[in-house]
Amino acid sequence: MILFFLVLWLVPGAFLAWLAGRVRPDLSRWISLFFLAVQTIVLVVLWVENSGVAGPAPQGRWWLEASQPWIPQLGAAFHFGLDGLSLVLCLLTSLLGIFSVAASWKGIQERVGFFHFNVLWVLAALTGIFLALDLLLFYFFWELILIPLYLLIGIWGHENRSYAALKFFIFTQAGGLFLLLATVGLYLVHGNGTGVYTFDYMQLLGTAMPLQTAFWLMLGFALAFAVKLPVVPIHTWLPDAHAEAPTAGSVILAGLVLKAGAYGFLRFLIPLFPGPAHTIAPVAMALGVVGILYGALLAFAQTDLKRMIAYTSVSHMGFVLLGAFAGNAFALQGAVIIILSHGLSTGALFIMAGGLQDRLHTRNLSKMGGLWSVMPKMGGFGLFFALASLGLPGLGNFVGELLVLLGTYQVSVVAAVFATLGFIAAMVYSLWMVQRVFTGNYAGDGKVTDLDSREFVLFAVQALALIILGLYPQPVLDTVRPALANIQSDASVSFRQPASAQSSAIVLAPRDSIDTASIPFGTEGRP
Amino acid sequence: MMPADFTALLPYLILTGAAVAVLLAITIVRNHRLTAGLTMAGLVLAFAALPIALSAAPRAVTPLVEVDGFTIFFDGLLIAAAFAAAGFSYGYLQRRRIRREEFYLLLLTATLGACILPASVHFASLFLSLELLTVSLYGMIAYLRTELFGIEAAIKYLILASISSAFLLFGAALIYTDRGTLSLSRILLPESAAAGALHPVLMVAGLGMVLVGIGFKLAVVPFHMWIPDIYQGAPAPVSAFLATVSKGAVFAVLIRVFSLYTISSESGMYAVLVVIAAVSMFAGNWLALLQTNIKRLLAYSSIAHFGYLLVALLAAGPNSVTAAALYLAAYFVAILAAFGVIAAVSGSGGEAQELEDYRGLFWRRSWAAFVLTSAMLSLIGIPLTAGFIGKAYLLLAGLGSAVWLLAVVLIVTSAIGLYYYLRVILTMAQQPAAENRPAQPAVLDSRLGNIVLGALALGILWLGVFPAPVIEIIQRTASSVLPF
Repeated sequence: MILFFLVLWLVPGAFLAWLAGRVRPDLSRWISLFFLAVQTIVLVVLWVENSGVAGPAPQGRWWLEASQPWIPQLGAAFHFGLDGLSLVLCLLTSLLGIFSVAASWKGIQERVGFFHFNVLWVLAALTGIFLALDLLLFYFFWELILIPLYLLIGIWGHENRSYAALKFFIFTQAGGLFLLLATVGLYLVHGNGTGVYTFDYMQLLGTAMPLQTAFWLMLGFALAFAVKLPVVPIHTWLPDAHAEAPTAGSVILAGLVLKAGAYGFLRFLIPLFPGPAHTIAPVAMALGVVGILYGALLAFAQTDLKRMIAYTSVSHMGFVLLGAFAGNAFALQGAVIIILSHGLSTGALFIMAGGLQDRLHTRNLSKMGGLWSVMPKMGGFGLFFALASLGLPGLGNFVGELLVLLGTYQVSVVAAVFATLGFIAAMVYSLWMVQRVFTGNYAGDGKVTDLDSREFVLFAVQALALIILGLYPQPVLDTVRPALANIQSDASVSFRQPASAQSSAIVLAPRDSIDTASIPFGTEGRP
Repeated sequence: MMPADFTALLPYLILTGAAVAVLLAITIVRNHRLTAGLTMAGLVLAFAALPIALSAAPRAVTPLVEVDGFTIFFDGLLIAAAFAAAGFSYGYLQRRRIRREEFYLLLLTATLGACILPASVHFASLFLSLELLTVSLYGMIAYLRTELFGIEAAIKYLILASISSAFLLFGAALIYTDRGTLSLSRILLPESAAAGALHPVLMVAGLGMVLVGIGFKLAVVPFHMWIPDIYQGAPAPVSAFLATVSKGAVFAVLIRVFSLYTISSESGMYAVLVVIAAVSMFAGNWLALLQTNIKRLLAYSSIAHFGYLLVALLAAGPNSVTAAALYLAAYFVAILAAFGVIAAVSGSGGEAQELEDYRGLFWRRSWAAFVLTSAMLSLIGIPLTAGFIGKAYLLLAGLGSAVWLLAVVLIVTSAIGLYYYLRVILTMAQQPAAENRPAQPAVLDSRLGNIVLGALALGILWLGVFPAPVIEIIQRTASSVLPF
């Protein structure tokens, strides 16, 4: 039941915030914060309860599982499950939710109630994505995030918002329709083969089908996830959407929506279609490397601060794709760490860009410069997050990217070498950004104010989280490792079988044939 | 006739009685509220009589009419839609200085005709009920006699509907010449062919002409030319009626015919229908892209939606009838809500038809904008709305029978369609531009209209989240025609 609570809790909050906005704008901000705080606390309690710190760790694949009938005629159910991977992503969702509400405290002054309605709505749907274990239900939430995001960009966005909102919606919805097509296809293949028509994730795992069918179905999933992640060359919606969205929208897009794509690859595509996923792994890894370098290159060329940050996301998400398809324990764990640390660092950078825009009324890098002299606190944090983004050892991104590179090296030396170039590029664009914004001569009229206490606390919390993630990632890794090991075994059990293997053989293969305990992880992250 | 026959026909008798009652009431006292009340009470009674009729089903009353679960389900859908249209009409007509009462008379007779259509198993009943529906519609479209657009639309509809009726009639005559029967269930059977298969050419020509007639009524490509003008010219509640009751009833006939025969996927007929479906999906969405008039936009989109519906029929699998009925129900709710909002925001001066009229509606009239948004999202097929479940079922039916081409066309054209639906939503969310247009005069909310709109919005969400009960009903009733 607690899982239903997690998904539904924010819904009444959204309506309350909307109503409260009609009375007093600030009230709806506080209501949103309250609901998100409760959600965060519940998630933290769940984490402590189940991570083995307090009491024995849960034995099964899922820490918690809940199911209620939805459309019994189709075999679809409200089926939710929580494991380590879901938990850290849900936690990221509610944390970034708090950050985006806090970051919009001053920036959003119009239609405040409706704004928070949309923010909470998108967060609830994202939580649903990370918990759904029924493919139709997953699609349900997958599409549900589009509307509030569309409205967030379209109503509260910047100059070119209509275009950006529309482009975002059409790209992701078109990808989503292919996801629906492939989902229904998988459902029918499974039903025709076994007589059991169901959308249930656990039952669809290991569906026996001809390699060619599996390949086409996989492509439908891949397209939807690749649009969201995004994978070059279908990333073009991202810079527009990120740049035009209000600060909260950018934070949610970069911090969470892209992660939904990554989650889709990890949770659904690779375990459901292990054979084809293995087949396209070289292509996917190549696209990942291309994304790393191309994103970095374009980031370097931007003059719009938010567009620049958006392109760095393309680059970082390249690492996630690389890690997901490299497929070994190092790479998968690294991908998850990148997901978390990128969510925090890029979220912080977008909040900073929003803060700068509120003060200077421009996002144009060439009109900035010398800001350190007038707002040293902002400068300090800016440098910190830029360093985090470029992968400074001791901060979260470094751990993740190093792990991905380690994992990739075992699979493909060439990919690892080229991906490493991404580090250099990241250093160049990050430091260049700091230079252009904060150093040099200040040309303004000197009336800009430095961070207020709200912003200071906001940045400090994110910086602290990044430091913890960088210095002591072990608890997070311990949390996600069993979940990733399950994904890995789903994927690798089938690798050893020919494509025509019996589904029963796959399903019945003992999970402990992969010794999860022996997956090596040293002490790289420890000081 | 047996008593059970009357039980089976009870909904139709009630509708007829309601029409007579309205007629008499008008002669005694002209009172808009009374007339509308009588009409809606009649519709509610007819709806309430459906379960009673179901207890007698399936029953063939004369060779003309077959009352079975399928009939009952579609009658329920049509009566509910007519009820919603009547609800919109009240506020809409109340704002206009005309004689309002006769409108409800026409609405009742049109509903009666529409309700008999799904029960028709014979060309005679098919033609009669279709004409009853169409002739009533002429009057409804032209009801606002002072508005030129309405008159123009009515004349266009008169000419085109007569032509399509003529096609239908002539086709039926040709088939009769060949087969010696007008019963829908027997014209294509091999034994009746053996009895009098004199002229296969006649048969092909006859079927072709019937197809043209039906195609006109459904407004699928290439018989779609009339629909934008008619939707635009007709009063908004009448457009709602046209889009749902009129087209839905004809589609029910199509489902029945399809359920009677298995159309081989190699036959020429099948190929023609595939082309019609694919081109309708494509052209409907394509033509709607650049519309700035919301009624024309909905008209073009309805072409596409009937293309989607044809996919379910052409799939001819175990899920086809359920998928078609569910999608049609979802479409009904959404399109009624859309036209309902148009009717509700139209002032007494003229209708709010241009997209510009809707700029900033979110901030002026949040309620209407919310309903229109959910209608648009449902037409796109976004989760949480009825359209999502409908579309998922359509895909299921299509892929289940491996009509891959149509399924992919459905997906691709749906993606095209996003653009214009979203434009409506975004326009409503935008700030009202500096007033270069005269502002719409403030419109008094019609309480009845708002209640109906609320029910429809609720229906959209409810169908979208908990469709299981409705699917259950469909499978118990509508799927009774199921030899697919």
